[in-house]
Amino acid sequence: MTNSINDYTPLEQHLLNDFQRDMSLSATPYADMAKQLNVSEEEVLQSIQSLQDRGVISRVGPVFRPNRIGVSTLAAMAVAEQDLECVARIVSAFPEVNHNYEREHEYNLWFVVTASSEEHLDIVLHEIEQHAEYPLMSLPMLEDYFIDLGFTLKTSAQK
Amino acid sequence: MSTAELNKQVMQISTEDRALIKAVEHGLPIASRPYAEIAKNLGTTEQDVISRLQQLMDNGAIKRYGVVVRHKELGYTANGMVVWDVPDDKVEEMGMCIGKYDCVTLSYRRPRCLPDWSYNLFTMVHGSNRDEVTQKVEDIVEQCGLQNIKHTILFSTRRFKQRGASYTQKDTAAVNNKTAKLHLVR
Repeated sequence: MTNSINDYTPLEQHLLNDFQRDMSLSATPYADMAKQLNVSEEEVLQSIQSLQDRGVISRVGPVFRPNRIGVSTLAAMAVAEQDLECVARIVSAFPEVNHNYEREHEYNLWFVVTASSEEHLDIVLHEIEQHAEYPLMSLPMLEDYFIDLGFTLKTSAQK
Repeated sequence: MSTAELNKQVMQISTEDRALIKAVEHGLPIASRPYAEIAKNLGTTEQDVISRLQQLMDNGAIKRYGVVVRHKELGYTANGMVVWDVPDDKVEEMGMCIGKYDCVTLSYRRPRCLPDWSYNLFTMVHGSNRDEVTQKVEDIVEQCGLQNIKHTILFSTRRFKQRGASYTQKDTAAVNNKTAKLHLVR
């Protein structure tokens, strides 16, 4: 199911590695990538589409800074094993939930909730607790110590 | 800490920008002129879309602009959320130290939730397998001088949902009621 990085074509590896930040805000961003990689725009469009269809990239575009255009929090629940799948489905069904993971701990369900306002966030957290029938622990970000430079892939095409 | 205090950092977003954010938060169209397509849907011009995105970048609303990869599909199958119980006056120093490693993608201070939860620094460490993540954490402990700091690694075992954040829901409580109830049968 999971691919090795070397399963990607050299063009795909470049697309994955070279444009995670500072993509140009020109009218023709994919043509700009193509020019930089010395391939045709059509090849870039097809490769991006293919990577997206295969789920390797989630999207091309902006990553918004937490708590600038909306509010978010990391929430955790300690859920009984037999309830976990069901509770996870309930949580994931909320459009305000964008990441939802099982983790090995007494607190075994961890998810991020994002909303456009503090009031909306509080309502959603309350709704989730009601529907899941488990209390949640809300741990909003207080400070960010990470400078986001994207994610460096170790590939055969790069050193 | 309530979300009210966090709200101080939140920007006022115009209705037009809210619509633009909604149009791009799950990705640009994969087409020759993506901003022209967005503009058409919003009833504005390509240049207007580009300059307003530039503004959102300049004022810090956009943190990064480009290809967003999914780690798991790239062979980084193990991700460990490493949480640390750091003395309050040391959180920044240690958060910065951990945050600069290549294998680390997040380094956040969060509130403790006593008595249940005493960890106040959250970092995400990626690797191709668990042993690699554990080894990287040991290296970080050594190099950042964290030998006396209590920490634990929470490995992810299942991913139920991963996508870009959505900032533009209206009052969806009523909708959620319906959606959630569909799944309530245990």
